[in-house]
Amino acid sequence: MTLARQSARWRPSELLVPMPAGLYCPPADIYIDPVRPVARALITHGHSDHARSGHGSVLATRETLAIMALRYGEGFTEAQQVAVPGETIRIGEVDFRFVPAGHVLGSAQIVVESRGLRIVASGDYKRERDPTCAGFEPVACDIFITEATFGLPVFRHPPAAGEVAKLLESVRLFPERSHIVGAYSLGKAQRVMALIREAGYEQPLYIHGAVEKITGFYEKEGIALGEIRPVARTDRKALGGEIVICPPSAAQDLWARRFPDPVTAFASGWMRIRARARQKGVELPLVISDHADWDDLQATIRETGAGEIWVTHGEAEALVHWCGTAGLKAKPLHLVGYGDEGEAEPVEEAADAAV
Amino acid sequence: MNRFAWLLDRLAYEPRRNAKLALIADYLRTTPDPDRGLALAAMTGGLAFPNAKPGLIRALIAERTDPVLFALSYDYVGDLSETVALMWPARHGANQVPHLPDVVDGLRNAGKTDLPRLVSSWLDALDETGRWALLKLITGSLRIGVSARLAKTAAASLGGVSADEVEHVWHGLEPPYVALFAWLEGRGPRPEATDPAPFRPVMLSHPVEEGDFARMEPAAFQAEWKWDGIRVQAVSGTRPDGTRVTRLFSRTGEDIAASFPDVVEALTLDGALDGELLVRRDETVQSFNTLQQRLNRKSVTAKMLVEYPAHIRAYDLLIDGEEDLRDLPLSERRLRLEGFVAKLASPIVDLSPPIAFANWDELAAARADPAAAGAGSDAEAVEGCMIKRLESPYLPGRPKGHWWKWKREARLVDCVLMYAQRGHGKRSSFYSDFTFGVWRTGEEGADELVPVGKAYFGFTDEELVELDRYVRKHTLNRFGPVREVRHEAETGLVFEVAFEGLQRSTRHKSGLAMRFPRISRIRWDKPPREADRIEALENLLPASG
Repeated sequence: MTLARQSARWRPSELLVPMPAGLYCPPADIYIDPVRPVARALITHGHSDHARSGHGSVLATRETLAIMALRYGEGFTEAQQVAVPGETIRIGEVDFRFVPAGHVLGSAQIVVESRGLRIVASGDYKRERDPTCAGFEPVACDIFITEATFGLPVFRHPPAAGEVAKLLESVRLFPERSHIVGAYSLGKAQRVMALIREAGYEQPLYIHGAVEKITGFYEKEGIALGEIRPVARTDRKALGGEIVICPPSAAQDLWARRFPDPVTAFASGWMRIRARARQKGVELPLVISDHADWDDLQATIRETGAGEIWVTHGEAEALVHWCGTAGLKAKPLHLVGYGDEGEAEPVEEAADAAV
Repeated sequence: MNRFAWLLDRLAYEPRRNAKLALIADYLRTTPDPDRGLALAAMTGGLAFPNAKPGLIRALIAERTDPVLFALSYDYVGDLSETVALMWPARHGANQVPHLPDVVDGLRNAGKTDLPRLVSSWLDALDETGRWALLKLITGSLRIGVSARLAKTAAASLGGVSADEVEHVWHGLEPPYVALFAWLEGRGPRPEATDPAPFRPVMLSHPVEEGDFARMEPAAFQAEWKWDGIRVQAVSGTRPDGTRVTRLFSRTGEDIAASFPDVVEALTLDGALDGELLVRRDETVQSFNTLQQRLNRKSVTAKMLVEYPAHIRAYDLLIDGEEDLRDLPLSERRLRLEGFVAKLASPIVDLSPPIAFANWDELAAARADPAAAGAGSDAEAVEGCMIKRLESPYLPGRPKGHWWKWKREARLVDCVLMYAQRGHGKRSSFYSDFTFGVWRTGEEGADELVPVGKAYFGFTDEELVELDRYVRKHTLNRFGPVREVRHEAETGLVFEVAFEGLQRSTRHKSGLAMRFPRISRIRWDKPPREADRIEALENLLPASG
């Protein structure tokens, strides 16, 4: 009888099930991106809402492990193992494979496969080209687990190069004013800097202390960002006409006011919504996101060929509705602790900034 | 159209008044006629497109999007124009980007059947910002933080004149204001102010602060009741052909005369009165709630005129016949006002009586008990005192050091948060509209909360973020944009709610309606069981109801 059970195909919820701590894989006894300390964790990427410290053991890409060590210290977990993208790691009778997600450096989707059932937990992802990380690779699967941070048809991100052009145009228009660009310290900040370089801007870029560690890591990983100078060792009064990258929380802080007549910019997908930009006192909204927009969520779901879609966090309702109209089975997982509708990251940044 | 859209977009993100002025002035200076005049008209509310309504936009987007996705998006964005601008399926290069004069001309003149095709062809051609600006133009509420006054101030700066000078000639002008720009740029004569009954900018007061009294000599001031009605400027004038023009302006210059034919009929003398519009019945001024029955009515029935007779309680005279009194001191204007009202001899226009006081303590006593201090049975409609310097000229705007308002103390009550709704506009995506309740004994004898009001201000932006987080963490149920928040004896959030007055109401479950409720403090510390009971509110009801 035991034998018969083992060889039977899993029901999806037997292979992956949402638990208060996160997505849980019972046959391997392991969680994906758990929001509280667990014995064994698979981590998709280094953002603090997905990568938390205090787990017994962590399996993640080399870059993600390094980012976690940078943020939490070497003792962030008792044991760690590197997942090489593309390679399969078997735990119990479950095969796990990490595949690039295009979100930030080291970010990965996790392919969970056992007894002929394949589920892809995509973590956070985007499809737009990013010079600072490997691009998203669609994986054919039975069930695709997707985020829906920008899961509403009002979110259509324009090409990032055009947004960076807006920033550089403003720098040309106001050569006496500092341009303070709020950008999440892991991923967005480095991507914005790389895009600024691609646009041909060659002046030094100035960065807030909370962005230094991760930026240094990106550079060590071979991502060219040109000349970077820490604000901490500079006279802020002399930074008129310069571009300064800081965490979003710092842009509204006293910290930002010490620059000459600053122009406040913010690089985020949320900048699509005017009210959001105004709430944050942003004068120069830059719609640059590390998440898939509405069109890319749909395109990705179709590319995976999955017949069933699970939506982890964000605007799940709209995406689930769309799946229904497209003839796909879909359900929200109501996972809590991720993104908190995208507002968790500034909190993380505030914590970083305090360091 | 793109340049106009660019201007609106920049203004929407620019918080500083001076920078807004510079942006508008720069646009007006560098944009040719008639585009700039149409933009000025858009910013001053001077464009009306009777056939172009929000319903048209809803219909167009409904043809192109899934209704559920539209509803979710609108709920999230909180602004119809912006939602449609963002959701509109792009058709790049579909048409030529339209010019502003063509758009205005089309919106004005196209018939109901042609308009949808015209508007959708423009939307296809424009980018997100252009679509947003076009839709703002159609819906008529720009919401870019620019008042008509600010736009006129920017226009005035082209000619180095004051906004009041522009205001003075404004009513004789029509979009696209070619003559106005010609005058401002020194290429043409000053336009004639031909309107016999124009609006004059209203003089406003400052709230009085504790320390102000020490610097104010009581003998230099006049005090009046602050009436809880609607501030109006009642203007009457004679056209060259001898016919009479009478207008009733709200304090922002909107003409509401159509709702008040009884008042218009009473104003038979050339002049401009400043006063309070009230409903007065049986020799007694009625509450604001009663006055509301007369507001925003397109047609006024004879029955309403009898049941809710309008009344003007006058406190200032700006124009007497042909004579402009605004430079005279208040003491002289008051004498002229008394003469004017006596000559008018209308039962529905009377004087707002001065309050007798020798020192500020006496005025404080009068404010605390208006009924005993001369307001008599009208006391229910008094919401405090006005303190006006006897020497004050009548100045536009809110000049410092002339007029103060001294409102009655707000009533305070501790309520429990019950429901929260996402805000609109600036507040979209935040739960910012709060419905709160107080305890009462339910039908089965157990205590229950009954909603008594709704408030969406009184807290800081930082508090809003915390409230929003609280709502999300304590949600019991969701009903579209509304969330039911946990409200039990031990779990829930208490607000100290301030309000100005209380009325009986059949529309609310509690039988009560609050006037001007706002969150005065968030009592994170207080358990819901310690919030107030309905009896505490019922005790505050006016005896007569």
